[in-house]
Amino acid sequence: MISAPFDYVRANTLDEALALLAQNEDAKILAGGHSLIPAMKLRLAMPPLLVDIGRIKDLSYIREDHGQIQIGAMTTHYQIESSDLLKKICPLLPECAGHIGDVQVRNKGTIGGSVAHSDPSGDWPAAIIALNAELVAVSKNGERLVKADDFFVDLMTTALEAGEILREIRINKSNDRTGQAYAKMHHPASGFAVVGVAANLTLDRNGGCEKASIGITGVSSKAYRALAVESALTGSALDEQKIANAAAHAADGVDINGDLFASEDYRRHLAQVFTKRAIAAATERAG
Amino acid sequence: MKQAISINVNEVDHRDEVEPRLLLVHYLRDLLGLTGTHVGCETSICGACTILVDGQAVKSCTMFAVQADGANITTIEGLATNGNLHPMQEGFWEKHGLQCGYCTPGMIIAATQLIDRNPNPSRDEIRHGLEGNLCRCTGYQHIVEAVEYAAKKKADL
Repeated sequence: MISAPFDYVRANTLDEALALLAQNEDAKILAGGHSLIPAMKLRLAMPPLLVDIGRIKDLSYIREDHGQIQIGAMTTHYQIESSDLLKKICPLLPECAGHIGDVQVRNKGTIGGSVAHSDPSGDWPAAIIALNAELVAVSKNGERLVKADDFFVDLMTTALEAGEILREIRINKSNDRTGQAYAKMHHPASGFAVVGVAANLTLDRNGGCEKASIGITGVSSKAYRALAVESALTGSALDEQKIANAAAHAADGVDINGDLFASEDYRRHLAQVFTKRAIAAATERAG
Repeated sequence: MKQAISINVNEVDHRDEVEPRLLLVHYLRDLLGLTGTHVGCETSICGACTILVDGQAVKSCTMFAVQADGANITTIEGLATNGNLHPMQEGFWEKHGLQCGYCTPGMIIAATQLIDRNPNPSRDEIRHGLEGNLCRCTGYQHIVEAVEYAAKKKADL
């Protein structure tokens, strides 16, 4: 389990990392390394050059600025899981972080690395979609904002272009009638999501659903927004029956993955069950 | 191309030239001779290779040695002070927290971080906190008791 040879450069600044990327189109960015290094050890990835951004100081932060939550790409899962600020203003993020891998993995793995890797069973993409996050991509030519819905393109493929680095994740703060939850079936060996559902609901003044945002991972080649569930919930009461009816649409129109652990039918069933659980938990927390 | 690294391991400075693809666990075992850190699954699941890097438990099979340049590392060999066992080592001794011993170095390092972050953990919290370390012998019960012992011992110090 030794990776192919490669060259290694530790970037001290973001500009340095961007310049190296611009000069070497096959170079890969090394963040926490907890997706890339396993892939390199299996020789699924054999980049000739690794640009390590692990020591760039100003890429690891969690802050609130004028109603917007900003998270640096190199912030670790553990920093998010243990953030008192996020537990208060965006509890879906620490909850989701706590479901990733194990303690050691969360100490080293980063939100930016994971989102940019876009593993079809990764946890973050579901939360990023449910929170309607915006992702800040930076290149030598400047910055651009990508909406969560446009970011995840296909299996391990994102909207990031050659020469771009994901720098920051932005989320608008929600109001106090919002409830959030992440419900996941862990693969018993790997810990990855067989199905993971992130629900982010805003209630109206009568306890009905004003706005619903549902992201689902593990089911298909990429995380997706469960549009049919959202439209069934919006404007509806949030009783058990209504939630179950909406959740039945969790995998509508989706090309479902089947594998040795979970067939397509089983995954569809799990998607419905875990969507129901996530919505029910989010409803309860919004009250 | 080999790169120069400088790493402090168990309060001793080391300087070496290494290939970038050399994993940290192999650096510790093969170059420094610190074979207390074990190689288990090599896929960042089992936790046998857990060490502390700048105070944080990480799996050293999923980190390149070059990434640890400038870091302070603690391995199982660095826990005891002046011939006295660390409370966690004592706990594993007293409560028989091992059988074959293969997972033990990583288990003890991970458990050390666990009680640093949560000085008085419940049994449930101990089991969750050690989810990244697999033991195929004990059924975990004696390990949980060892961590409880160590937490109490540390609080009494």
